[in-house]
Amino acid sequence: MKPNPLFTRSKEIRQDNWGRWLCYISVSILLLLVVTIIYFISSKGIQTFTKNHVSVWSFLTTADWNTGSLNGKADLGALALMTTSFVTTMLAAALATPLAFVIGIYVVALQPKFGQKFVQPIIELLLGIPSVVYGFIGLTVLVPIIRRHFGGTGFGILAGALILALMILPTITSLAIESMRSVDPSYQKFAYTLGCTRWQVIYHVILRISAKKLVVAVIYGVARAFGEALAVQMVIGNTVQFATNLVSPTATLTSKLTTDIGNTIDGTLPNNALWTLALILLLISLAFNLIVKGFTKGDRSA
Amino acid sequence: MKAKLVLGSLAVAGLLLLGACGKQAAAGNSSSSSSSTAKSAKVMAVGSTALQPLVEQAAKDFQKENSNITVNVQGGGSGTGLSQVAQGSVAIGNSDIFAEAKDGVPADKLTDHKVAVVGMAPVTNPEVGVKSVTMAQLKDIFTGKIKNWKEVGGHDEAITVINRAEGSGTRATFEAAVLDGAKAVKSQEQDSNGTVQQIVRSTPGAISYLAFSYFKSDIQPLAIDGVEPTEANVTTNKWKIWSYEHMYTQKKIDDATKKFLAYMETDQVQNGAVKKLGYISIHDMKVSKDAQNKVSEK
Repeated sequence: MKPNPLFTRSKEIRQDNWGRWLCYISVSILLLLVVTIIYFISSKGIQTFTKNHVSVWSFLTTADWNTGSLNGKADLGALALMTTSFVTTMLAAALATPLAFVIGIYVVALQPKFGQKFVQPIIELLLGIPSVVYGFIGLTVLVPIIRRHFGGTGFGILAGALILALMILPTITSLAIESMRSVDPSYQKFAYTLGCTRWQVIYHVILRISAKKLVVAVIYGVARAFGEALAVQMVIGNTVQFATNLVSPTATLTSKLTTDIGNTIDGTLPNNALWTLALILLLISLAFNLIVKGFTKGDRSA
Repeated sequence: MKAKLVLGSLAVAGLLLLGACGKQAAAGNSSSSSSSTAKSAKVMAVGSTALQPLVEQAAKDFQKENSNITVNVQGGGSGTGLSQVAQGSVAIGNSDIFAEAKDGVPADKLTDHKVAVVGMAPVTNPEVGVKSVTMAQLKDIFTGKIKNWKEVGGHDEAITVINRAEGSGTRATFEAAVLDGAKAVKSQEQDSNGTVQQIVRSTPGAISYLAFSYFKSDIQPLAIDGVEPTEANVTTNKWKIWSYEHMYTQKKIDDATKKFLAYMETDQVQNGAVKKLGYISIHDMKVSKDAQNKVSEK
């Protein structure tokens, strides 16, 4: 007897189910990966405190970094590293953001055709350049220029921030363009009909409406800058100390990690301490994500 | 229904992941305890970036003669090399320093194979106007007591010390020979010979130290107490700043690894790749050094 087609699963239903399973599996693999990475870094990172008995408070509030390979006594303080990371990142964002917004306005409101065809692809090309190339250009071109004009050795926060600004420019610009473009064109037409000048439309309509998303764009840029390691490592000078000015050598969380990780032995204090730095980085990027979440929460257009 | 699906997929993913881990661990074990019956064997060498070019070159030549053995060479640093070989995840751990000199490495469980010697010397930017210093002056420069080149007979130029990463083999060798237990001045730290060379060349007043093979015309190697940094002086220990390049293995090693390590010590490598790439052959050494830096006549 032929089964009643009404009670058997059609090919389409099977396709549906199959697709759903595929999605579930992919998502769960992703979730598992994230959970295991977080678990791995945390379990390694807290060993500095649980196994090597470094005090959490002194780790976060002192600034000397000496793993004790020389005279057996270790001073571990990440404060200078964290401060430099923050200052460098903020300076980079402060340099890149205005430029990114102006380019965004140009592409969205002034020259959409030329902007979309040429300017945007060129900006996005910057994303494809490996960070070691940025670092090398920084080391061979930027550092000598800074040394000549600002003094010092040329290594320091200024060099790091300039390189980072260039690296996060495409991120912020692309996101800014996207958010400005998402503003309903009929608002702009209205404004023009009411006799607004172009600047008034840009400022009062486009920028106002997309303001929240623009902030998110900047935060994404900041998050990327915070995690960048190699390029910064090559120009920051790698000296664990508070920078007295923008051209004195210092070090960031990521640059310290990159410089030292290959020379440490698994399970020893120098190695664990670096994992703790990685844990701090993880927590900070988690914080960035939460901030973005908080910002987009009430935004209906997001 | 939905909840079940989510649970189910989580379980599936978990199993997949566990399976993958299990397999990997098994593969790792079998490679370290490798069997000689296998027709094609793999040797994995990981670690020191200072030793990497030599091992890479030797591996290339070695594989031409032994097409059934694949030698894989990777960097990662001496610490990584020692960790990995101690854990048994690679066959050979390359290191610039003795395993005994690193905390947390079970040195007694490893076998040391010294394959080359590297001489290192202080180098400066050529503009500082100094070609020779005394050991005491050098120590004072790196501990921060001497801050200007004019104090050691050079131009009036502030000294910029470029150090190597804490825990790096090169730094350990240099500090053992020069600092004598004193603490280095807080300074820039770089983690590769190439970057150091680049920075010393372009930064006025810069001083650092490099392996002989990185000397270029635009940086100035310094003589110490009148002794020139030459290979001949290293072989007699007249030049004190040198170290072995080690290839560490577990006590029990497979045939392919044994064959490759034996190849490293042949004249073909020692007079070929070793010299071509700027290292010093172990056969040329007239003295030997132990893990406590004690030097004795061979």
